[in-house]
Amino acid sequence: MRHSNKNKKLGRTKSHRDAMIKNMIRSLVIHERIKTTLAKAKLVKRHAERVISFSLEKTVANQRIINQTLQDRTLVKRLCDEIAPRFANHKGGYTRIFKLGTRPGDSAETALLELTVKKPKETTKKEAKQAKKK
Amino acid sequence: MPLPKRRHSKQRGRKRRTHWKLTEPNIVECPHCHKSKLPHRVCPSCGYYNGEEVLVVKKKDKK
Repeated sequence: MRHSNKNKKLGRTKSHRDAMIKNMIRSLVIHERIKTTLAKAKLVKRHAERVISFSLEKTVANQRIINQTLQDRTLVKRLCDEIAPRFANHKGGYTRIFKLGTRPGDSAETALLELTVKKPKETTKKEAKQAKKK
Repeated sequence: MPLPKRRHSKQRGRKRRTHWKLTEPNIVECPHCHKSKLPHRVCPSCGYYNGEEVLVVKKKDKK
């Protein structure tokens, strides 16, 4: 019986699932927004929020915990220095899920998983020109 | 091997299947582009959700 067993398996073995979650969190740190199925987004969200929580307090110990997931020092740096400051006053809710509807092929519900606070927009060349004209 | 004793009439099968029904999807109007979309989902035609542009939807080329 699977009473009060909350973990979703997604039809994968544990090692496969763990690897997939880590890969998806890595993608989220790199791209800030990823498109997947709804089931995967819901699962990865929990793990991603945990990693971001650790990044808010920048200590060597925390960075090592994050590195267990990201397995890449440059990504740990990116998370702690670029992403974490945006969430300085947040307590959870670092990511959000948008539902996108079903995809053709297997009719799976797709979703966007993204960081709630986006990086401040850099002014593009066009906008800079328009600002100058004014 | 167990086998059915009697022939199964068309009526019998059809009567059972009267409860197989399709449900209509709950379609709502997109508040941004006024096209129909599914509720709680990003609008596939304009990419808006909750008054914000979430996705940039590529426009199809008119041929």
